[in-house]
Amino acid sequence: MIRNEVLKSIVPVITDELVICNIGSPSQELFSLDDQPSNFYMLGTMGLCSSIGLGLALSQREKVIAIDGDGSVLTNLGTLPTIANNVADNFILLIIDNGSYGSTGDQPTYAGMKTSLAAVAEACGCDHVVECQAEDTAEELKKALAADQMTIIVCKCQSGNVKVPVITMNPVVIGDRFMKEVQKRNA
Amino acid sequence: MTETNWSKQLLETFVDAGVTLFPYVPDAGNKRLIEHVNEKNGITSVLLTTEEEGIAVAAGADLVGGKAVVCMQSSGVGNIPNFLSFVKGGRFPVLMMVTMRGDYGEENPWQYPMGQAVEPILTAMGVQVMKVDSLEELMPAARAALSAVFVAGTSVALVLTQRFLGAKKF
Repeated sequence: MIRNEVLKSIVPVITDELVICNIGSPSQELFSLDDQPSNFYMLGTMGLCSSIGLGLALSQREKVIAIDGDGSVLTNLGTLPTIANNVADNFILLIIDNGSYGSTGDQPTYAGMKTSLAAVAEACGCDHVVECQAEDTAEELKKALAADQMTIIVCKCQSGNVKVPVITMNPVVIGDRFMKEVQKRNA
Repeated sequence: MTETNWSKQLLETFVDAGVTLFPYVPDAGNKRLIEHVNEKNGITSVLLTTEEEGIAVAAGADLVGGKAVVCMQSSGVGNIPNFLSFVKGGRFPVLMMVTMRGDYGEENPWQYPMGQAVEPILTAMGVQVMKVDSLEELMPAARAALSAVFVAGTSVALVLTQRFLGAKKF
């Protein structure tokens, strides 16, 4: 399975959670598969997805899923000790680990070589870390959502992208749409 | 307000404006403020490994109506420009409290290049700089920064200079 197939498999599992999605192909693919006002798509600044997710989770009670990538987490590796030590049980970090920098031409990352992000997350103190094969991601996400505890899921999948259109929405519009959705739910 | 309790007064001002989250990279200049945060109920400090995480945490908080002040030393400003493009591009209101090294009276030569680049970098990335050189300026500047960020929706760095903080002695 490649990332797009993993995303397709988890779309039915995501119901009313707030979703922050990593830059480039992951956001474009999710946008094409199932655009929702409760999705916040990163269009730039690689590495911040998990930290934005943590900020969201620490600031309100709804469940937050940050869909990040191995390259992005490696860019901001300091995010893992921060997440481990600021436990938000409404937060799930799903790392789609295809061992490559998908948006720039599928160049290999260290996560596809000797570095295990699951082992790094555990060493950083994250309490609930699951590494799974791509086919099991939806099931693991379902379990994590039911468990009500902060969980890091590292999904090992194959490298590859599908051709989907770019997101033409302005970042301000993406943010505004997301905020209005949150306000509507809290009203 | 005296020389010793400005951190407490400043925190009260932030809290009165609805700030509940204080992501920070430790610095001598924000030590007391964070200690006060940790003593107070209903507000949270988040120790960061790098300053860019703090920018993201603040933006995430804003997406759900939360308010944060990201605290860092001036050196940390050098870590965040790419991440400020997220703030500028998405028009996220972000308030930073930057405590200076490498300005007035600094004795460590290594601190000067970054210290002197703080204002041009922040300005280049669309963050308004509000400098505090004295105790008298602190609270008016803090209130101005809070208005500019959480009412007007812009981004501001409240920069506490070494004229105010004093230069670190070696």
